[in-house]
Amino acid sequence: MDILRFSTAGSVDDGKSTLIGRLLYDTKSIFEDQLEQVEDASHRRGEGYVNLALLTDGLRAEREQNITIDVAYRYFATPKRKFIIADTPGHIQYTRNMVTGASTAELAVILIDARNGVLTQSKRHGFISSLLGIPHVLVAVNKMDLVDWSRERFEEICAEYAGFAEKLGVDALTFIPISALRGDNVVDRSASMPWYEGTTLLHHLEHVNVGAHRNLVDFRFPVQYVIRPDQDYRGYAGRVASGAIRPGEEILVLPSGRRTKVRSVDTADGSVPLAEAGDSVAITTTEELDISRGDMIVRPMNLPEVESEIDATLCWTSDAPMRPGTQYWLRHTTREVKAFVSRLVYRIDVDTLHRETVDRFELNDIGRVHITTAQPLFLDRYALNRETGSFILVDPHTNHTVAAGMIRGSVRHAEDLPREREEGPERRPVSPDVVWEEWNVSLSEREARNAHPAGVLWFTGLPGSGKSTIARALERRLFDMGAQTMLLDGDQVRHGINGDLGFSPQDRTENIRRVGEIASLFFRQGSMVICTFVSPFRADRERARSLIPDGRFVEVFVDTPVEECRRRDPKGLYARAGRGEISHMTGVSSPYEAPEDPEIRVQTVGRDVDEVVRGILGALAERGVLPNGGSRGG
Amino acid sequence: MPKDFHPHLRHLESESIFVMREVAAQFERPVLLFSGGKDSILMVHLARKAFAPARVPFALVHIDTGHNFPETLEFRDRLVAEVGATLHVGSVQASIDAGRVHEEAGPNPSRNGLQTVTLLDTLAELKADVALGGGRRDEEKARAKERFFSHRDRFGQWDPKNQRPELWNLFNGRRNPGEHFRAFPISNWTEMDVWQYIAAEGVAMPSLYFAHRREVVERDGVLLARSEFNTLLDGEQWDERTIRFRTIGDATCTGATESTASSLEEIIAEVAASRVTERGGRSDDKRTEAAMEDRKKVGYF
Repeated sequence: MDILRFSTAGSVDDGKSTLIGRLLYDTKSIFEDQLEQVEDASHRRGEGYVNLALLTDGLRAEREQNITIDVAYRYFATPKRKFIIADTPGHIQYTRNMVTGASTAELAVILIDARNGVLTQSKRHGFISSLLGIPHVLVAVNKMDLVDWSRERFEEICAEYAGFAEKLGVDALTFIPISALRGDNVVDRSASMPWYEGTTLLHHLEHVNVGAHRNLVDFRFPVQYVIRPDQDYRGYAGRVASGAIRPGEEILVLPSGRRTKVRSVDTADGSVPLAEAGDSVAITTTEELDISRGDMIVRPMNLPEVESEIDATLCWTSDAPMRPGTQYWLRHTTREVKAFVSRLVYRIDVDTLHRETVDRFELNDIGRVHITTAQPLFLDRYALNRETGSFILVDPHTNHTVAAGMIRGSVRHAEDLPREREEGPERRPVSPDVVWEEWNVSLSEREARNAHPAGVLWFTGLPGSGKSTIARALERRLFDMGAQTMLLDGDQVRHGINGDLGFSPQDRTENIRRVGEIASLFFRQGSMVICTFVSPFRADRERARSLIPDGRFVEVFVDTPVEECRRRDPKGLYARAGRGEISHMTGVSSPYEAPEDPEIRVQTVGRDVDEVVRGILGALAERGVLPNGGSRGG
Repeated sequence: MPKDFHPHLRHLESESIFVMREVAAQFERPVLLFSGGKDSILMVHLARKAFAPARVPFALVHIDTGHNFPETLEFRDRLVAEVGATLHVGSVQASIDAGRVHEEAGPNPSRNGLQTVTLLDTLAELKADVALGGGRRDEEKARAKERFFSHRDRFGQWDPKNQRPELWNLFNGRRNPGEHFRAFPISNWTEMDVWQYIAAEGVAMPSLYFAHRREVVERDGVLLARSEFNTLLDGEQWDERTIRFRTIGDATCTGATESTASSLEEIIAEVAASRVTERGGRSDDKRTEAAMEDRKKVGYF
């Protein structure tokens, strides 16, 4: 049995409390005395029915006002799984509570009243879920009994919401038509909606893949507490935030940068051969180093960013407004540092997703800021690592938690970030009547088995620049290191799948679009995908990049001058173009838009292939996208 | 615990250990509230695991209503000796004698409400800045809103409508002088999780939890055990039955349930089939709809 944490957002009107009551009741998680209390209370309040909302709205003020104010946690279990529900209010004035509930959830249930369709509130819940990086979103279209179990109505709502979700970059989206009041499709299949062929809500909750948000690759161990019973033992206690570690592995300690090895990974039940994300352990080292709370233990070849200028999305949770320049305590992993907001970039209207320029944040505002910290943080982007990408701000006078923050990166790179998540990638074409179905086996599971991160290495450069030669040598090296690799080459894809395309600008764009999609499939399958394409247009490369999560797409610009390419001319293309036999020859009769800021730039003149490949491997190691020889048997 | 055994219990254990270590790191003078019940025994077990091979860095505090089952005190003293912890006992009787509180009138005086004053006095005396408790969110609807780190003002009060948001695993224990915290490391455990874990780990439990013969009287649907603190009303009489306790607290308000479950396996089977919450046997919760919220606001456990 494992655990699924999910959040629900909504108000009583959506039937949220009824749905939770139904789940608890049908899984026999409500006890008779609780039901009796609710029956008594409903009766005293003169309600003619058993108000299941009274089960979840626990505070006196909530029952008096008939609303959910705070986050309440509910528990139920089936033989398959234990569930923790973070039940949150849906009104805009409780955005901070929604954010709180979403912060630990792996799935969000969004309720839509079938009569009202997609309201602003439903979109807000979707936005917050995507902002907090919840990997699965389940849209329960409720009160189907009140729209005559209409398939058309259901499909209309799905289409509208799917269109909205696409803008947010939510891809694991599931729709289920239900009636919480009558129980249709909650635990048992509905007899009234034979046209619905999907699973029930509980079945989906029982079978959805958990742990998808866990980063199993990048080892991060924030030191929480030092256990030192006597002079002979010194254990660095903490919970593995991400990745895994074994005794004997080389480690590096931040901020000192000193290296040593893991002597043992200890628990109260003895030493263990492996500690994985989520495990509370104590690490001992072969050499005595000065390590204390707030330090972070990592692998030398896979470092987090060490930054004190941070680009972040902030949700303001305090009644007192935030003004740039005010000092706060910033709590990140087990570290606490002084910090201030150095720039307020914009506020997002959570209902329209429009950006607004403001001079301060009020309660429940969400927006983008730059933060300066007194000491550096050891961080990853929130999109890659929830544990090392999140922080809170604490008011030093009231001690209140005034903001929740999600790290986008360092400010140095902020201006280069080409894609804004809230803008979404360019629209991908979709066949009619097709609904996105989530991946069956998650990428993180595949990566855990492969023991290396998946990635896309996109080689671009003029014909004859040396792309293919380097890419082939690189793939061989990676494969020999134990990585699962795939090489996509222009000449290959133009046989078969892209054999219908020529070399006009339109066909080149379509060629790269298809290659990007193919690369994305191999990526999802866990491979290190090496693509070697002239790919002359910047927009086409950016589109391919947009299909891959941040940090996993590495553009490699093989920067060989056109004169040198012409001199090498391995396929005789330049010669033929010179004789007018080829039209649209890049670098001759067709433009090449060189990358402005590629992740890796390669010079080939006067260097041999081995040397170039070594350089690329080094650059990949720095970025943490390399099979780590020391890790998990890789 | 074996690695593949009950992943959800491993997860809960790891989470509780994380919270306990966070308490030890963020506070100066932590204490662990020990009632003698299964949840506080579980807490001591988890604390030992969190800091092994070092000693538990928390003193134990027992708020003694004076209405104890003798088995509870014996078990408490054995465990304290085994752990090597310091035990502080806050006595409700002493609070009564000092005129800090007044005993309830009537045939069934409960000292449950009085405990709050003794608890706050004891914490103040020890200068404790955090008290770890074995409260679980599944116990009661007001507890469902509790944080892992729950702030108490200078008067020991809880303000449920103005709680600090608790995001991710980032716990904010910052406080002003005179304020304190309650920390609830086993918030996410259910009664079933507790029993399954106790069975998996072989944690010793007081005999009161296992079925035995005992004289009881049924009053308002609750079975009260015979003791010097419970007196019969007109028309009532003691009746020997086979019972066990699902929770252990003040002997005047902790009800027994009729049960033949005499092993952990049988208790787990009984909990799985039970249709009444464990607090269903607590007459103190039956007083009003918001009884627990009201008690918690003024500083109850």
